[in-house]
Formats: sequence, structure tokens, C-alpha cells
Amino acid sequence: MKVLAAMSGGVDSAVAAARAVEAGHDVTGVHLALSAKPGTLRTGARGCCTIEDSHDARRAADLMGIPFYVWDFAERFTEEVVEDFVAEYAAGRTPNPCLRCNERIKFEALLDKAIALGFDAVCTGHYARLEMVDGRPELRRAVDLGKDQSYVLASLTAEQLSHAMFPLGDTTKELVRVEAAERGLSVAKKPDSHDICFIPDGDTQKFLAGRMETKPGLLIDDATGAVLGRHAGVHEFTVGQRKGLGIDGPAPDGRPRYVLALEPVSGNVRVGSVEKLAVSGISASDPITHVVLDGPVECVAQVRAHGGTAPAVAELVDGVLQVSLREPLKGVAPGQAVAIYREDAAGDLVLASATIDATS
Amino acid sequence: MAYLDHAATTPMHPQAVAAMTEALSTTGNASSLHTSGRRARRAIEEARENIADALGARPSEVLFTGGGTESDNLAVKGIYWASGKRRVLASAVEHHAVLDAVEWLEQQGADVTWLETDSCGRVSAESVAEALDDDVALVTTMWANNEVGTINPVHDIARVCAARGVPFHTDAVQAVGAVPVHFADSGASALTMTGHKVGGPYGIGVLLLARDVKCTPLLHGGGQERDVRSGTLDVPSIVGLARAVRISVEEQASRAAELAALRDELIAAVRAVVPDVIVNGDPADRLPGNAHLTFPGCEGDSLLMLLDARGIECSTGSACTAGVAQPSHVLLAMGVEPALARGSLRFSLGHTSTRADVAELASVIGPVVERARTAGLAGMRRSRKVVKQ
Repeated sequence: MKVLAAMSGGVDSAVAAARAVEAGHDVTGVHLALSAKPGTLRTGARGCCTIEDSHDARRAADLMGIPFYVWDFAERFTEEVVEDFVAEYAAGRTPNPCLRCNERIKFEALLDKAIALGFDAVCTGHYARLEMVDGRPELRRAVDLGKDQSYVLASLTAEQLSHAMFPLGDTTKELVRVEAAERGLSVAKKPDSHDICFIPDGDTQKFLAGRMETKPGLLIDDATGAVLGRHAGVHEFTVGQRKGLGIDGPAPDGRPRYVLALEPVSGNVRVGSVEKLAVSGISASDPITHVVLDGPVECVAQVRAHGGTAPAVAELVDGVLQVSLREPLKGVAPGQAVAIYREDAAGDLVLASATIDATS
Repeated sequence: MAYLDHAATTPMHPQAVAAMTEALSTTGNASSLHTSGRRARRAIEEARENIADALGARPSEVLFTGGGTESDNLAVKGIYWASGKRRVLASAVEHHAVLDAVEWLEQQGADVTWLETDSCGRVSAESVAEALDDDVALVTTMWANNEVGTINPVHDIARVCAARGVPFHTDAVQAVGAVPVHFADSGASALTMTGHKVGGPYGIGVLLLARDVKCTPLLHGGGQERDVRSGTLDVPSIVGLARAVRISVEEQASRAAELAALRDELIAAVRAVVPDVIVNGDPADRLPGNAHLTFPGCEGDSLLMLLDARGIECSTGSACTAGVAQPSHVLLAMGVEPALARGSLRFSLGHTSTRADVAELASVIGPVVERARTAGLAGMRRSRKVVKQ
């Protein structure tokens, strides 16, 4: 196959590309320039589109003896990931930009271009298992459950997945690093990237404040309706947040309060006790289904990239994925994705993914 | 395999390789006073005289530098600093070695006037004359454009500047060996050239600096090169450079005729399969080896990759540090739409180019453009999902 390897400059995508080469594919490496300001050198281990990362990707490609190019996706990335991120926060929702980037950039903008240019697949260093069974892609959790990224891939369509290649799904991160060292890849010991690549200092609130209309509002006690304080804007909060609420003194019962809901129209933030944070019902739209969902299905629901899982029953009702959790989950916010899995000894199978609209 | 990127760098001439290789096994610092030092000095001075003779300059006007970028920086900053004046006139289509040096001076307080160009990327002597006054420290305009190949009326511009007593620098990196370049006749005060564009080695260049032009050094040290460019002279590179300059200038006229014919053949061959291809730059008054083409609906990086995979090497224009293909500032200054600018490729021919190279390109360009167009359309397709507000 002609394979386009997306190479971030990190150890995972380098080993993934090397494995694709070793499997006999005709591989071309591409580093995506996603930052509107590519001239910045990385500070620390964060970020994924600095000069240093592009250099690391190039050196890995050199070692494998594959052609390597840098493609500019900064404009698409800004429009479809960064602006979406800001718009979602402005609407009081909690987006997942990595998921968005997979959906819109790596497996849409890049994949479309790759296919048009004559490639058969896009290969990435994501930790997930992908297999074609009877012509349909089956996406499963990675062997390394600590690194599993099936959640941020679950919203890809069957068409997208049928042109995807994740060579690391069967290996632990630890062994990937060992393999990178054995292959002589200079990125073998490079630290993992964390946080959001386009917010290199990790200060999401500051990033948002400069990019959206911020509207001051009230902090309201959800139980009594009492006004507990004022704030500079809903972007400063996420559902489930406990610290930094700016409330003088504890609740009358002496228990900590958490953000329960963000109301962007009024600008109000509702806070309350931890019990109120527990969610047992999720309603999610724009579902991507990987199996036929006719009737209720026993599953495991996941609402965050790492952790946040609970046994559940899910059903597709009028194009909306309704998920009843058998054990409540905390910190479930509109805008996040819910992925549902069927438990399986061969790796939990992704059944569907959808965007959370409401919780109960 | 067809190498069509001679404007980026061109193979070293075998005679230059031989001369340089021989010099590499000799020892001697040209500033030393003993026999070895004198031998090194002699090699340098012979090279200097050769280069001066080939380019219509006096030997004392030949300053060796580390390459085109250094020569440009030295001329732009050095002449500005030495003048005590505030204004700089520069064309908007200069190579980054001039452009960024001028922008840096602007940040430091210089008053910069960017000279506009016509749709071919040419600067007119009239626009220079209009912008000139007694506070101008320097005018800098390239002899021939490295991207689109258009040749500037440097003689006219130099005359306008001389009438005002304003130093005129020209970046002739692409011009030397491609068109006749005679420093004295041009009337320029300073001229940049570099080794690896004329079949010489990398990392060595020349600034021709008229004797009466004051220039503050960038590098201070041993006082070599008229005290304008300190640093131990690189004997092997200078010897190799001199040989390459001599050959490229001697062969210039016949080579230019050959390359222009080959270049026209290339353009015709591409146009035969891609009828809507656009040729950028002046149709006639251009570098003989330059074909700068826009393929509407394509992205340059797609074209480059597809051609590279088929053994054909060319360029998308200016590349930034991270290797990202940006729309060329030259095309933008010429008034080309950014989308079209992104779909442009530079094919440049040189002393090793053959008809077989052109035939190789002609045999693949049709399907390559077709494929890149499909990819270009895919790139413009918007998202399948609607962003929720």
C-alpha cells in the first residue's frame, strides 16, 4: 500500500511509520505544520508543531529512508480546531480539540488530500487497535490501557477508519520507547506531549480570554438560588471544577461546592454539592455508529480521554444516543464526546461515539 | 531523474572541484608572512584578479564573504550604518537576505520605502527616482529575480542613484553566469554574488564594493578584506570559486542561448498538456534558465511531492525554516492571488541540463497536475459536520 505517515516529531508516530515501512508499505512521511506561527522553538515538552518537532520528524524519516515533507495545515487547523474550541467554550460547552483534530484534520483534510494524491492510507502513532472485518473497520482499545486513544478516534466514520493505520495498538508505550531506541530513533527518550498543542503554556483561561467575548456573570447556588459571587466569564470554569471558584467561605453545611452547569446566555455559573455533579443519563447527538444499534445495548460508556468510564445501557432514539449509566459519572459536560464500548477480551470494541448535549 | 532546481544550487563544475581539491591539501594562512602564507596569499590574489576580470571590477573591489546572504547583509547594513542617513529604498521582491536585513534596519529605526514592482516583478528607475532624496543611505534592487526570473533595469537604476550620489547595491546572485554582468559598466556601488549558483562551492561569496563606498563591517577581527570583512580567508573555496566564475562568465553567452531554447521547450511542453498554465515574470526579459509556472487549482506542495516521487526535482519558491511552503512574497508583490501563488513551481535549468530532463518532465506533468488538482479540490471541501454554536 501507499501510506502517508503523519509524523508529529514524537516517538509514537516515528515508530508507527517505521513499522509501516517494515511491513513493506511504500511510506511517505509528512509533518503537519499546524501553528499559525511556525517560527517558534519549543519550550519544554509541550506543543506539537514547533521547528524542533518538525526537525525531529525529518530526522526520523531520514533514518527510515523515506521521503519527507512539511505540509501547511495551519489555516484549516485554526478554522476547524482552534476556532471550534473557542466557539464551544463560548457556548458553555467543553470541547475535546484532539478529537476534533483527528476528525477534521488528520482523517479529513490530510486523508482527503492523501487519497487524492494516490495514497491508500494515513498512518499515525495513535494507541488503538484497528482491523478490517468483513469489509468493516473494527476499532478496539489499545493493549496499553493507560495510553489507549480509541476514545479520540471513535468519532471517525467507517470510511475514515478504512483508510487509517494505527500500528501501535498492540504494544505498550514502554515497549514503543524500547523499540525506538533499538531502531536508533533520536526521539526514543523525547517526553510525551501533554495538554493542548495550541496552548503551549497550558493556560486555557488566558487563551480563551483573548479570543472570545467574555461576559461577567453570577455564581449561583443551585439548591437555593442564592448569589454567591461574581465572575469574569463562563470560560473560566468547567463542569466539575472545585478550586478557584472565588466563593467566600464554605457552604452552610461546610461541604465543598463544584461547578454544576455553565449558562452562557445569562452568563451564570451554577454550583452545588458533589452529589449534584453525578450524572446518570446522557443524551448525545451526531452519533457515529460502528455497529448496527437496534434496541438497547449493554456497554461501557466513556466520557473523557482517560478515565471516566461506567457500565451503561445505550440506545439510539431518533438519531440521538441515549446512555443510561449504571454507575453515575462526575464531571460530564456538554460538548464532550461519549464513546460506548462492548467489553471484549480481545480489546473492548468501539460501538459508537456522539457529542454530549445534555445530562441528567 | 531530472534535476530542475539549478537556481537553488547547481552542480560544481569539474574544473572547480579539481582546483579546490588540490588547494585542500595545501597549508597556509594567507595572512602569514612565511613561504606557505605567501603561497596561500598568492592563490587568493590570483583568484581575486580572475574574479575581478570576469565581472568587470578592480581586484581591490572584490571582497570575499561567506556567501550571498552575508554579502547582502554586509552591503545593506554596512552601507546604511556608514552613511549616517536614515532612508533605505528596497524593492518588495528582494531575496530574504536583503528583505529581512532591510526589515531589521526598519525595526532599528531606518525609514524604509518599499519600491513597488509591475506585474512581472520589475522595478522601474522612475519609481526609484521619485523616491530618492538627500537622506537616502542606500538603494537596493536585485539584478534578476530568483523566483520569477525577471531582469531589472539595474543600469538605469544605478544611473538615477549616481546622479544623486546615493550608493546602489544589487543582488546579482542569479544573474552572474546567466546574463552579462559587468560591475563598472553597471554603475552599481555594490554587487552580491555567490559560489554555489555558478558551479562553485557552497559557503563562499563575493561582495563587489566600489572603492569609494564606505561600509561598516559586520565582523570585526583581523582586518582582512579592506578591514570590511575580517576572518581567515578560505583558500580552497576561493580557488574553486574563481575557477567557476571564470568558466560561467566565459560560457555565459552560448550557455544562455542554449538554456533559453531549452526553457522555451520546457514551457511549450508543459503548456501542450496543461493549457491553462501561467508563466510568471517577464516573458522575454528573464533569466534564460528560469521557468516559473502557476498551475491553477493545484497546491505547490502536492505538485512538488508528486514530481519528486517521479524523480523530478523543482521548487515551490521560498521555503521558510520549518520547511513550510508559504505563498511567495514575490508573487504577492506582483499582485498574484494567494491561491494562485500557492500553486506555483519554479523549474530552473543550468549547465548540466539536457533535453532529456525536459522530456522527462513533459512525460509526467499532465497526470501530476491532474492528480494535484483533485487534491486541491479535496482541500477546499469543507467539513462534513456543522460546528455547533
